[in-house]
Amino acid sequence: MSGILTRLKDKLASYRVPGYRTKFDYKWTMVVDLDRCNGCEACVVACYAENNLPVVGKRDCDISRRFSWIRIERYVEGTYPDVKVKFIPIMCQHCDAAPCEIGCPVYATYHNQDGLNVQVYNRCVGTFTCATYCTYDVRRFNWFTYKWDAPLEQQLNPDVTVREMGVMEKCTFCIQRIRVAKDTAKDEGRKVQEGDMKTACEQSCPTDAITFGDLNDPHSKVSKLAKSPRRYRLLEELDTDPSVIYLKRVMEDRKGSGHGTSHG
Amino acid sequence: MDNISYNEINDDVVRTMTKTTWKYWALLIFCASMAGVLWFGAWAYQIYAGQGVTGLNTPTFWGIYLANFVFWIGISHSGTLLSAILFITATPWRRSIYRSAEAITFFSVLTAAVFIFVHMGRPWNFYWTMPYFTTRELWVNFTSPIMFDVFAISTYMTSSVIFLYFGSIPDLAAVRDKVTGWRKPVYTYLSLGWRGTDAEWHWLSKSYTFFAVFIIPLAVSVHSIVSWDFALSTVPGLNKTIFAPYFVVGAIFSGTAAIVTLMACYRKAMKVEKYITLMHFDKLCMLLLVMSLLWSYINVVEVFSGWYANTSAENETLMYRMFMKPHAYMYWLMILTNSILPLLFIFKSLRRSIFICIIVSIGINVGMWIERYLIVATSLPRKFLPNMWHDYIPSLIEISMTIGSIFFFVMLFLIFVKLWPSISIYEVKEDIGIPMRKGFKRH
Repeated sequence: MSGILTRLKDKLASYRVPGYRTKFDYKWTMVVDLDRCNGCEACVVACYAENNLPVVGKRDCDISRRFSWIRIERYVEGTYPDVKVKFIPIMCQHCDAAPCEIGCPVYATYHNQDGLNVQVYNRCVGTFTCATYCTYDVRRFNWFTYKWDAPLEQQLNPDVTVREMGVMEKCTFCIQRIRVAKDTAKDEGRKVQEGDMKTACEQSCPTDAITFGDLNDPHSKVSKLAKSPRRYRLLEELDTDPSVIYLKRVMEDRKGSGHGTSHG
Repeated sequence: MDNISYNEINDDVVRTMTKTTWKYWALLIFCASMAGVLWFGAWAYQIYAGQGVTGLNTPTFWGIYLANFVFWIGISHSGTLLSAILFITATPWRRSIYRSAEAITFFSVLTAAVFIFVHMGRPWNFYWTMPYFTTRELWVNFTSPIMFDVFAISTYMTSSVIFLYFGSIPDLAAVRDKVTGWRKPVYTYLSLGWRGTDAEWHWLSKSYTFFAVFIIPLAVSVHSIVSWDFALSTVPGLNKTIFAPYFVVGAIFSGTAAIVTLMACYRKAMKVEKYITLMHFDKLCMLLLVMSLLWSYINVVEVFSGWYANTSAENETLMYRMFMKPHAYMYWLMILTNSILPLLFIFKSLRRSIFICIIVSIGINVGMWIERYLIVATSLPRKFLPNMWHDYIPSLIEISMTIGSIFFFVMLFLIFVKLWPSISIYEVKEDIGIPMRKGFKRH
């Protein structure tokens, strides 16, 4: 029995290029420090520009068809003037136990080698299952084939596909930039290092609230930040094992009766 | 059925197939054109323009189409399941209604299957959900509940068609012997050279019993699997362990109601009152009453356990479903038609009143449709993150397709009545018994 198992294991292993795992094994992670986030939405704009997101117009915006892959959720507590406004940027959490991945009947969304939750536009048939199962509501659907009026089509990012009608999409952690970084690193015979690439939202954040990197590298900035006592993950009780780590915002209690902490 | 004579059964059934009044044609053409315009016209527009013509939005990705899909699958559960259960328990009153009930099964599965394609973003790629061999070695995802659905529904459709066809073979042969013209070669082919020998009857009854036994667990599993489309997610309001039995009970409930409605219309239109008697309605309404009580029980359990769990997400969904705009009135309408009105059937005189039967059975089907609609339309708008909450209001295109699907279903049934012996000739004959010499009584 154990002989068969070993043989099966070897066979499975042989499907991979030898050394693949050790050579390119990353755990891409994003850390969002909510203490630094001021809700300016520069990340949202950067994402629109980087990933060719269409602007859907007033009518579709009204019925909640915004396309932003990353959104700033605003939660207001209390009544004026005693209010607390909290921001939390939410993008695809790239869950390691993703509810969307079990839902897709055609493997249009799957987990890749680097711990990314990948969406294959060409494979998607549009059953909406992934978006329904998603607990963070981060998936966006192409309700129409969106057009860019001239000359706006000139500014589309050539590294990113322009999606057609009927396809699901979501935050990719700027996979096109990851690919470039990995290819360059491979040419130079090394692993991707800290500072090789930045995601669009990270790059544009004026307060450095967003940090992106490899959690497998113990010296990377994300690994250090991830050890913070303020660390939590969104809706962790659902056991989706997300790859995005939030650092809790420490808020001063206005009434001055000590310090209260709260989630984002 | 004492007033039917043995030799008029063949004539009666063949008459329903060959004599067509102009009113029938008018109804058929009306249904076909309505289905064409309201459903397939609207669908063509949706394919051309994109799913954006629906009222779907970012948290509510599933709407009326999924509700229709589950509704029609539910209707389909009546026929075959009922027919098989009644066959195995050797219930005599099954005989004159089961053929139409099985036809209802097939046509509603067909309608439901089309709705799967309607709700897809890129329906022209539907075959990617089939496990076929490709040179790119792409395979389907067997862990997906949608994938379970593909297998369950195709298996169910195939076996209910075979079940319907097996049971019809002797009748097709009887029709073959009666008809002339273009019908003759068609029924000669369809009856597979049936001669009515002892061996043929033996094998027919063997295979029919086999299918009846096979189809009961299949039907139960099919609707459980349909419920898992919802229950295997983490969304509050969908993530319920009770969903599988809830859906199965609901399916039999709505399916039986559909049979009652259709039978009442059919016996009137085809003048076959002596085959489908008040006794049949009496029995079917008893079944409706039982199913209604079961349904109410499960509904109470669902609400109670959700409320008792007392998690914020679950509470919000329950409140939204039962007390908040825009769907709360639908919830209470559903309780009225599904739990309260069927209680009328406690009284025998009301069970035997065709008028009451029609009113209540149509009410049940409206209520069951609402139930399926509420499951998707009140759970998905209230997922975990309040920032994304957004109500779902169906668009005209979606409503048009929903109405069109009813016409499509009626159209299929009208065509069926003209092409297929819709009352089982040989089993009604079994009921009456072969005419014997004077003074000799069967039994």
